[in-house]
Amino acid sequence: MFTVIDDGIAHEVTAVVDGDRVFLSAAGLATLGWELHPEGLCRDGLCIPVSEDVAIETERGFELAALARVLDRPLAVDAGEHAAYLGVSAGERTRALRSLVAPDFTLPDLSGRPHRLSDHRGKKILLVAYASW
Amino acid sequence: MWQSVYEELKDRGFIVITVALDKSADDARPWIEAAGPTHPSLIDTRHVLAELYNVVNVPTILWIDERGRIVRPNDVAFGADTFRQLTGLDSSIHLAALRAWVRGERPAFDADTARAQQTLPTVEDQRARAEFGLGQWLYERGRHEAAARHFERGGALAPHDFTIRRGTMPMRGIDPMGPQFRAMLGEWVQAGKPYYRPLADTSGRA
Repeated sequence: MFTVIDDGIAHEVTAVVDGDRVFLSAAGLATLGWELHPEGLCRDGLCIPVSEDVAIETERGFELAALARVLDRPLAVDAGEHAAYLGVSAGERTRALRSLVAPDFTLPDLSGRPHRLSDHRGKKILLVAYASW
Repeated sequence: MWQSVYEELKDRGFIVITVALDKSADDARPWIEAAGPTHPSLIDTRHVLAELYNVVNVPTILWIDERGRIVRPNDVAFGADTFRQLTGLDSSIHLAALRAWVRGERPAFDADTARAQQTLPTVEDQRARAEFGLGQWLYERGRHEAAARHFERGGALAPHDFTIRRGTMPMRGIDPMGPQFRAMLGEWVQAGKPYYRPLADTSGRA
């Protein structure tokens, strides 16, 4: 089995690994929520066109790096550890930050209790990132 | 460090939220217990905040208004002058601006000014964060050597991202205050690049 971490969630998929290249089975692609159709790479009825020079489907399966390229998302792969991480595109992050809407998040405190940023709507917030290092 | 300003201003519709970008709650615990915060004091082992806000070093502060809008994008400020000799930053400049904003004496940046001061993530920044994400996932599973490879790759992709280069040192068995950090910092500063990048007004340059 191969693990693809997508949007923070680890999915177990069947895949063929060749060097640094990872080929997903059709079921693996579906596990990540995607289907390849003539109109493109589709999820929930929405399709992203795939340009002719990108081959997602190969004889060995659906190439993960090609999938990431079509989605315009960064991909980190560890073939030896059978794991990969699909990140978030610079474009998506840029659009979100340019809107100036503070991205929402939920994080735990020391006791494990979750806190959500947007629960403090209506107040002025000083948000501080720090670390012990 | 931020507890006192929270105490001072909390009755004016103001809250402080601190987020520790540490490898474990236990790494952050002594700091939090010493500060005794009554505001939310959160732990972010997976660097969720760094990913969402393009945070590349600590401390990073932002102001968010009552409507959930960023009115001061990523800036550098300390709650006290403990590290002033090292950082060259006078904490009182930001604190004065913060007080004036919270009390309604001086508005924060308008949208155009806020946008003009944002640093947006590049393709390389996001590739670096994917490497961090994979490394962190591997680290959580005890795959420390594999994790280190990805942390190093992430640092190479985004050399200005010290949440990766320095922040992962404790996960690579490196002292983040030790000689390897000092060498990295020395090289960076020697190349004419600032380790802290405060906005013009908080740096005292505006």
